[in-house]
Amino acid sequence: MSPAPSPPRAGRLARAANEPYRVPPPMFDARCRACWFMAGLVALTVASFWSLDLQWGKFLSADAMGRMGRFLGELTSPTTSPAFLGKLAVATLETLAMSGVGTLIAAVLGLALAVPASRSHADDPARWRVPTRFVLNVLRSIPELVWAALLLISAGLGPLAGTLALALHTTGVLGRLFAEAIENAPPGPAFALRAHGVPAGRVFLYATLVQVLPQLMSYTLYRWENNIRAAAVLGVVGAGGLGQMLAFHMGLFQMGETSSVLIAMMMLVAMVDLLSYFSRRLLSR
Amino acid sequence: MAAAGTLPPRPDRRDPAWVGRVAWTLFGLVLLAPALVATEFRPWVLLEPDNLKVTRRFVADFFPPKLELSFLAMVARETWRTVAIATAGMALALVIAVPLTLLSTSALSVSALPGRMGALPFAIRLAIRWLLIVLRSIPELIWALVFVRVVGLGPTAGVLAIALTYGGMLGKVYAEILESGETLVTGSLLRNGAGRLQAFFYGLLPQSSAELTSYTVYRWECAIRSSAVLGFVGAGGLGQQMDTSMKMFAGSEVATMLAVFVLLVWLADLASGWLRRALA
Repeated sequence: MSPAPSPPRAGRLARAANEPYRVPPPMFDARCRACWFMAGLVALTVASFWSLDLQWGKFLSADAMGRMGRFLGELTSPTTSPAFLGKLAVATLETLAMSGVGTLIAAVLGLALAVPASRSHADDPARWRVPTRFVLNVLRSIPELVWAALLLISAGLGPLAGTLALALHTTGVLGRLFAEAIENAPPGPAFALRAHGVPAGRVFLYATLVQVLPQLMSYTLYRWENNIRAAAVLGVVGAGGLGQMLAFHMGLFQMGETSSVLIAMMMLVAMVDLLSYFSRRLLSR
Repeated sequence: MAAAGTLPPRPDRRDPAWVGRVAWTLFGLVLLAPALVATEFRPWVLLEPDNLKVTRRFVADFFPPKLELSFLAMVARETWRTVAIATAGMALALVIAVPLTLLSTSALSVSALPGRMGALPFAIRLAIRWLLIVLRSIPELIWALVFVRVVGLGPTAGVLAIALTYGGMLGKVYAEILESGETLVTGSLLRNGAGRLQAFFYGLLPQSSAELTSYTVYRWECAIRSSAVLGFVGAGGLGQQMDTSMKMFAGSEVATMLAVFVLLVWLADLASGWLRRALA
């Protein structure tokens, strides 16, 4: 190694005692991306408000305010007859069961689709990767509620349509997450097995799956938590659970019952939030 | 070549953990059984001749999707309305979230500078936190149902529903982002007599502005998806048209609208991904 060269003289001379004054960049530059972004944002917002015939007058009118007030007043007197509370408990359990079964189906289907949707090693041709990912994207981008409305046509009113709707949407979400997890798994163990001529299926079972299983479990639990919330409202289109009860009683203007269902819904969501908060704290400690 | 006799005996091929595995599987099945009953899980219902006939007619009508010019113009108009409901809702959500965030961020508390926050500021901040949690924990679909009752069918209900739910979400997450950052600069600005807004703009905002914007863009993408869903309870946009077409079993119309919807979600995803990368 040669000794470190001393800095060239010219460089030392170029650095003057006082920094040369540089003009700050102009605020409105044609290439200023933030400005264009803000201008676009303002234009989009103005166009949105302008093009929608928003009825603020109607919303803020004394009539609407009175109706809103009456509505809220009626909501403060929930029905608490034992028979109705029993029905409410059944609907709550139905909501929980819908989310659980839907998530379970989605985890199984998602894993089955994640394998063809992932490139397991560099030489893997992964012929099915693009088409499977396309299917997963379509499943994922159609919301649960739209799936439920579609499935009502073939499955009829009731929790089955809701369960299948949750399963389809969650399959798209989980399939993609699982595929990412499989592709990001450390390649060492799988490489060792492949080098010994173990067939691809067993390489997946004994090397890749074992490594990513905890991550898959945590994704599945996270989606389950989301799905409980989704299942509560899914029934609004007639797909079972608390939502169906809400739509039914609200449609008949039975405000006492509506209020009880709303309270049950909020309690369910709050309970899930609390449980997930505490379990996360417990796990991260 | 080694004779078979000299090889070590084959290891026992039985899974050593099989007792635990079988027990847990059985336990899971026992838990699953009542859930399957509760969800009326009978997938073969889908294959009953009556249902199958309806499904087949509906799905057969998907191809070809309806591509008449007047229909496409209507779909384009409703798609724009879906985006507009999401954007207007987000704008109002910001109007709700930004002041509440400023009020509830403990990093901007003057009374907390010497040590403990005063009792009254603490109570106010706690109350605002609870308000945000309540706003957030009622799903937007329920808000929309309520507002449709009050203001009637149309986009107003959708905008209000998104504004309230997303206002709660943004407020909560903004406060978390601001408090997770470095608060030293903010604290010293406050100590030296800067106002709360000055401390916010010069201390707190610069270091987390990218994260805040990125989260807002992500939520805007979510709002587009949920504004399409809100249409199903009568809050305008693509969802309302889809609901109408489904009720009329017009498969070709539904197919076009589903394709447009998937495209819209994909474009929003792309736009938001690009924006967030540009911010990072």
